[in-house]
Amino acid sequence: MEYSEKVMDHFTNPRNVGEIENADGIGTVGNEKCGDIMRFFLRIENDVIIEAKFKTFGCGAAVATSSIATELVVGKTLQEAVKITNKSVMEALDGLPATKAHCSCLAEEALHAALWDYAKKSGVTIGGLQPPEEKNHEH
Amino acid sequence: MALYLDNAATTPLHPVALAAMLPFLEGKFHNPSSVYTPARAVRQAVDEARIKMATALGASPEEIVFTGSGTEADNWALYGVLESNPAKKHIITTKIEHHGILFTCRALEKRGYTVTYLPVDEHGQITPAQVEEAIKPDTAVVSIIMANNEIGTIQPLDEIAKITRRKGIPLHTDAVQAVGHIPIDLSALHVDLLALSAHKFGGPKGIGALYIRKGTRLAPLLYGGAQERNRRAGTENVAGIIGMAAALEIAVNELTESRPRISELRDALINEILTNIPHVKLNGHPTHRLPGNVNVSFQFIEGESLLLHLDMQGCYASTGSACSSGALEPSHVLMAMGLSHGMANGALRFSLGRENTQADIPRLMEILTPAVARLRAMSPLYDDYIKKGE
Repeated sequence: MEYSEKVMDHFTNPRNVGEIENADGIGTVGNEKCGDIMRFFLRIENDVIIEAKFKTFGCGAAVATSSIATELVVGKTLQEAVKITNKSVMEALDGLPATKAHCSCLAEEALHAALWDYAKKSGVTIGGLQPPEEKNHEH
Repeated sequence: MALYLDNAATTPLHPVALAAMLPFLEGKFHNPSSVYTPARAVRQAVDEARIKMATALGASPEEIVFTGSGTEADNWALYGVLESNPAKKHIITTKIEHHGILFTCRALEKRGYTVTYLPVDEHGQITPAQVEEAIKPDTAVVSIIMANNEIGTIQPLDEIAKITRRKGIPLHTDAVQAVGHIPIDLSALHVDLLALSAHKFGGPKGIGALYIRKGTRLAPLLYGGAQERNRRAGTENVAGIIGMAAALEIAVNELTESRPRISELRDALINEILTNIPHVKLNGHPTHRLPGNVNVSFQFIEGESLLLHLDMQGCYASTGSACSSGALEPSHVLMAMGLSHGMANGALRFSLGRENTQADIPRLMEILTPAVARLRAMSPLYDDYIKKGE
């Protein structure tokens, strides 16, 4: 199993680690078995994501996908953000080992969960956004 | 300089073993089964290696059969016993076997065998009574790992062997992690079969052996030439055999010195980690464990990302996390001991060997302590824990 340089860069120097106080949207997703848990924080103004931060418990791929996803989402409108998928996350990292592909799904889920949280709290409807699936998280 | 703390994965080749091997990789290439003079010299070297191995283990030379790996020896022990006793269809083993046994048992289940996987206690041990209670009229073989590769826990094999001997059931042990690391005297310990692997005690890779006690009925696994007295076909890995015997001889001769020295290093490292890093748990038995094994769970962080941080600073270890293995489950050994998914995913194994010294402990701590702190700072689980405390 080998990580791309881009993955190692984002693992070694993760962007946007931390949390946003009074964030407009917070999403936590996780997979108890694999042991990856991601929490995304978003600050949103005028339907644009102006800040994104994350906290992640997980492997190298989980940290790197969290980091790149927060980077991808900043500056995007809500409509654009919904279109960020696991595929765009993978591509931005120059690929992931096959056994780590699920980490990019988790990043997509964490982002969508944070957007859903914002939509719920602010009463905004974001076209194409599905409610996050209920999953067992290990806490 | 690199800090190698993964001796349970493999050990560096002992220089004496390398020197012993070289002539057989160069001029002495002849097939030991051939009849001419130089081939007979090679045959003699293989026989001498077998005597060395037997002496080191308290066995007779004809009880030692060379294999391509510890895994082959494990597979052979199970398949061989079952094939030579087709009426019996039950196997007893543990939940914490190496995959060489565990996955062989799973494959045998598909072929109609039933397997009892004995559960272990919180330290990873089974009791002899568990073995006795699991024995059925149908039991063909008992296979118990001597010392576990992940957590280093040593099983009470002496007592188990007394039971299997009394019941007349063959006992196999996967001793891959134990041979060369703890004393083993097969003239006193009544196992019928024992698997070992050279590269775990300073020998080369690609060579192992199966000890087969005299009188044990064992069908071959590989068919072909008459090598190994018709028990294991295939031209001998001569250099491998020579290197393995040289390494085992040294490991066993040095045991009275190396075992207490490495055990002391192990205990010092465990103590250093437990006193300097909060929220850490030692996995495995506090005393009945391999001299070089340190297995600890770092709460709130995941093993693979910790390994990557250590790797970037030239420190090499191993983890039981799901993410590192490519499997979707963390280590079956840690789960069998009752660890939560979180703690199993946060487990690291440091395995010390003959080349490690006291100076390695502060070197590791200098890398480990900040890496743990850094990963906790970005862990949502640590966040939740801190906020709950406020």
